Amino acid sequence: MASESEYVRLVNVTKRFGDVTAVDNLSYNIGKGECFSMLGPSGCGKTTTLRMVAGFEDLSEGEVWVGDNLLSSPKKNHYLPPEKRNFGMVFQAFAVWPHLSVYENVAFPLRIRNLEAGEIDRRTTDALRATNLLKTKDESPDFLSGGGKQRVALARALAINPDVMLLDEPLSSLDPHLREEMRFEIKDLQQKYGFSIIYVTHDQSEAMALSDRILVMKLGVVQQIDTPLNIYNHPANKFVFSFIGLSNFLTVGNDGGKAAVAGGCSIPAHWAVPDDLKGEGTLSLASRPSEIDFVANDEPESIKGVVTRKAYLGEIIDYQLKIGEQLMRVQKGRRAPGPEVGDTAAIKLLRPFWYREKE
Amino acid sequence: MDFIHIEGVSKAYADHHVLNDLTLDIHKGECFTLLGPSGCGKTVLLRLIAGFEVPDAGKLYIDETLVADPAERLNVPPENRAIGVVFQDYAVWPHMTVFENIAYPLKIAKRPKEEIEQRVMEMVDLVAMGGLEKRYPSELSGGQQQRVALARALVAKPNLLLLDEPIANLDANLREEMRFEIKELQRKLGVTVLYVTHDQEIGLAISDRVAIMNDKGIIQQIGTPYEIFEQPVNPFVFNFMGIANFLAARLDGGRYLAGTGSQEIPWQPPENSGGVVDWVAGFRPSDVKISRAAEPGKTLKGVIRRANFLGAMMDYLVEIDGTTLRTNLETHLAISENLLFKAGDECYISFLDLHWFEAEKLKGAILE
Amino acid sequence: MNSTVKNSSSFGVAQVILFISIAILVIVVAFPVLLIFFNAVWVEDHFEFANALKVLWEEEEIFQALMNSLIIAGGTTVGSTIVGTFFAWLVTRTDLPYKSFMKSMFLVPFMLPSFIGALAWKMLLSPNAGFINRFFIENFGFEGPIFNVYTYWGISAVEVMYLFPFVFIQVCGALERMDPTLEESARISGAGLFTITRKITIPLVLPSILSGALLIMLYSMAHFGTVAVLGIENGIYNIPTLIYERIHQSAGSFASIRTGTILATVLVISAALIIWAQRKILGSGHYQIIGGKSFRPMELKLRGLRWPLLIFCFLYIGFTIILPTVVIFLVGGLSTYGLPFTPENLSLDNYKFILFDFQVTKDAIFNSVWLGFTAAIITMFAGVMISYVIVKMNVRGKGILEFLGMLPFSVPGSVIALGVILAWSGQFGVNLYNTVWIILVAYIARYMAFSLKANSAALEQVHDSLVEAARSCGATMWQSLRDIVIPLVRPGMLAAFFLIFLPALRELTVSIMLYAPTTRTIGVAIYTLNEDGETVMSAALAGIALIIIVVGQTIINKLTKKEGE
Repeated sequence: MASESEYVRLVNVTKRFGDVTAVDNLSYNIGKGECFSMLGPSGCGKTTTLRMVAGFEDLSEGEVWVGDNLLSSPKKNHYLPPEKRNFGMVFQAFAVWPHLSVYENVAFPLRIRNLEAGEIDRRTTDALRATNLLKTKDESPDFLSGGGKQRVALARALAINPDVMLLDEPLSSLDPHLREEMRFEIKDLQQKYGFSIIYVTHDQSEAMALSDRILVMKLGVVQQIDTPLNIYNHPANKFVFSFIGLSNFLTVGNDGGKAAVAGGCSIPAHWAVPDDLKGEGTLSLASRPSEIDFVANDEPESIKGVVTRKAYLGEIIDYQLKIGEQLMRVQKGRRAPGPEVGDTAAIKLLRPFWYREKE
Repeated sequence: MDFIHIEGVSKAYADHHVLNDLTLDIHKGECFTLLGPSGCGKTVLLRLIAGFEVPDAGKLYIDETLVADPAERLNVPPENRAIGVVFQDYAVWPHMTVFENIAYPLKIAKRPKEEIEQRVMEMVDLVAMGGLEKRYPSELSGGQQQRVALARALVAKPNLLLLDEPIANLDANLREEMRFEIKELQRKLGVTVLYVTHDQEIGLAISDRVAIMNDKGIIQQIGTPYEIFEQPVNPFVFNFMGIANFLAARLDGGRYLAGTGSQEIPWQPPENSGGVVDWVAGFRPSDVKISRAAEPGKTLKGVIRRANFLGAMMDYLVEIDGTTLRTNLETHLAISENLLFKAGDECYISFLDLHWFEAEKLKGAILE
Repeated sequence: MNSTVKNSSSFGVAQVILFISIAILVIVVAFPVLLIFFNAVWVEDHFEFANALKVLWEEEEIFQALMNSLIIAGGTTVGSTIVGTFFAWLVTRTDLPYKSFMKSMFLVPFMLPSFIGALAWKMLLSPNAGFINRFFIENFGFEGPIFNVYTYWGISAVEVMYLFPFVFIQVCGALERMDPTLEESARISGAGLFTITRKITIPLVLPSILSGALLIMLYSMAHFGTVAVLGIENGIYNIPTLIYERIHQSAGSFASIRTGTILATVLVISAALIIWAQRKILGSGHYQIIGGKSFRPMELKLRGLRWPLLIFCFLYIGFTIILPTVVIFLVGGLSTYGLPFTPENLSLDNYKFILFDFQVTKDAIFNSVWLGFTAAIITMFAGVMISYVIVKMNVRGKGILEFLGMLPFSVPGSVIALGVILAWSGQFGVNLYNTVWIILVAYIARYMAFSLKANSAALEQVHDSLVEAARSCGATMWQSLRDIVIPLVRPGMLAAFFLIFLPALRELTVSIMLYAPTTRTIGVAIYTLNEDGETVMSAALAGIALIIIVVGQTIINKLTKKEGE
């Protein structure tokens, strides 16, 4: 019996296109009602994975389970076609049918299931109400805005009351301000209906805001699976660090834990090199531009650089510093005092992270 | 007279008045940004200066020379205005190589071959396109195409460079990089730049002065980026220049109370000689402080309605007596100062700065 | 700064170009068409609308021709739509083997002139002498022909073979561009592939299907060749063949001209209606179905049907393309029509004869090449100029030109032929009748639409900012035209040239109405030789025409590919 916390299971899933391995030995479980995001740059295999779960792509190896049902397993020569998987799915380009009215779009999955007329009407109306579409139910979706179209797609996916909802970059075709609004709507719908979500996106803040857990992926390989806060607090490697926000990487020479920037200052001992990296010759010292303070020049726990650029951006002031031969960005709030171009400034990294130079 | 002097210029298309009696001066050597929502007429103004369009009325001077005066049926064609233009869609010629594109203005000017060769290669290096000069535009990325367009606009050493949303088609990282490059080029070459955009962040980042235009083509404020951001003259400018937060307030017995409740807004009240009842307090996310402890007389009590973890930022929606406001906080501060709220938590809000607006007047100023 | 101050004075140039453009379209197209309308309703010295209608309704033969046009066009349209849509679906949405090869094979009929096809089918399926019919009668004891091609069915079937690519190409394009997630979302909703095809795919490409169907309708209504070859013998006339017959028999008498103009008016009106309907379908009903990330669209697994369907496709191609072509070449090699195809009866003598010795065919080949080339050059340049005014220039009076620019699209060939006879036979001071020039004028009018289409598409690709960028670089209007616009529209001009040159080589509808003994074109020569019973010569010339066309098409494909790279 599958447990509640292991509702959707991917077991050693691999997908190869010719010589290219798009997804490499991927395993994870998703709990009932969990919102799980797959985050990564384009081409990292996240969409291919989702399409394998949906049934649009065959697996090269591995198995996909939902509850006690095996969906795909090339070894057992088992494959359930997408139309039999009972998922809801929303696509990036809306994919609502322009020749059907909003109502008929949403009723389509119910009609396919040959439900009786009253039932179809009740559930369609429910889904339309939940997505605020009742007013436009007789229109063609062509006349709706991007947000409206995506609501139709959501309502259509909701109509069959699925246990699992697959969302493939559902917000990236929308305007930024709409994106946020829709994000809340998706979250609210999930709370109301209790379905699990597998969410594919390349936008880290979207993933952070929506998800219970996030999988960060690169070139088909899992980098980290964890809660948003844990990923923020402990990015597993340099790639994850760089992918979840603006970042600085300072290449630093290392001698058994004593680190120094090439052509200049040594790194304060306080920003301790972790034990497992002490043997490396060069390291990457990672920091976020917003997590750096300007400190007094005689502050021991700091490194020094020359300000080469200062740009007033309204809310924030953006500085560029030259440390040795390397550039570093610092962003401070508009009210925080800061140095001018040409000044030598001491900076303190509030949350320094250490990574191997090459991964 | 200033380098560009625009005097009472009007332009209409059919019955649609885009610009009406507009006057504007741009100094020599400055980077001037014309900032406004799409459709506000800023591009039309740029096209008038370039000579692609003819004004219906008014006078236009570039470098003390009258270039357009419809009253005298005078209009200097664009090719005689000594300008460089960069367009949003790059407009590099697909049938010419990078070299040929950049060389074109010099070829038209019939410069000697050696000079062309030398000038073009200088420009190629200046825009960091070395080694790519034999490529065709179709073999270049968007950012590289725009660099070619920049080089082509600058190769003939124009006195004036007109930029029409040149980086709007690029992706976010590239946009950031290019805006610093444009600023750098302007500084190096000392050319006067008129930059047209709807993106306030670019306007703030690269300009010496900014003009804010509203959707009816009327200039609202001209000033340095700092002046525009910190001292907006009206709600339109305030709202357009960044994330704006608005807190509804009402005048009740001489006090300004938040939302529908009875908490007084802890900030100096507006000048209100007319006894207007409905007000809105506007502030930037960075002007609000959120804490767990009350400070009587300085804070408003609220409830967190939504807590959003966005990575480096925490984003909160706070309800105060029926009115809501958004604020955000760096995640590392939220963690270290115990400000990681959950939905439903109580919190206390105070302000570093507030702009008062009459509720009625605000409605017209905010674009939906 | 250059301080030379210039008054805004480019108005003059723009106005002149506009005027020339309007003049070309008026002289070549509008004037002849107006003359047709005028002659249709003007009797001696007054208007006679009622009489025109009476002619249509009460003259048995004319009314029948009208009905025949409708019947044949209807049958052809329905047939082509079904065949075209089916094959398009097969090559884009199923796992049929050799799909891309199949796709290019289905486009071959585009190249083949349908009247040559009709000729081949006449040889194969004419009720008494057709090879296939005879084969069945002699070997299987059939009493009569198994299929008589001299019927509505036969004519429509032959037209379907050569016209279905219009639907095929439109539907293929729509299916290939369609966002696959539109179908995938139906699948995840629980629908199987056949349901999706029926409820999602077909409805979404319906506008493309209909637009292709209307194109075929338009073409078939006004089509001369097939009906002339297969219908006349059995007394089946449609509008163009009847116009030809009347004028040809009476050597241009007033009554026949008037009948012709009335019939031509009917054609123009139906064409205008069809084009209006097509625009409406494409304009309002065209769904936004393009977009999103592109994945391979879903493929229906044909499973057991895979090989049977492949064999069916091969049979179709063999039967409709290869068989007629082979018959043409074989008959062209016979010393006398009717002899069996044995090695001693076959030789290349006929081919040599028509290429080097036979004056009629030598003239025809020369005329067609000369006419095609000249018409293509003139039309190409005129088309660029007119398209430039319509797409790029902003001058008063452009609306007139836009309207005139639509005209060539809705005027069928036989109407143009009749129109130029009315306009250039001396009534207005210029008599070109019986010269090669009248054919040239008619070709220009007939192919102007192709040139306008190709050139305006190319010009629309040249964004205004490309020209403005040149202006701001110091180039004058003429310099930017020379350095930017012309180089960029060159592929469009080249395309226009070939789009005109190749069809002109095999043109029949217009030339048949205008030829004189020394101004036969290839099409006319093939047709008249066949009419005169010189079947083998006719077939040999048809074979040579096929070779020229295929070689020409291959050259274009090479060229356009290069330009596209």
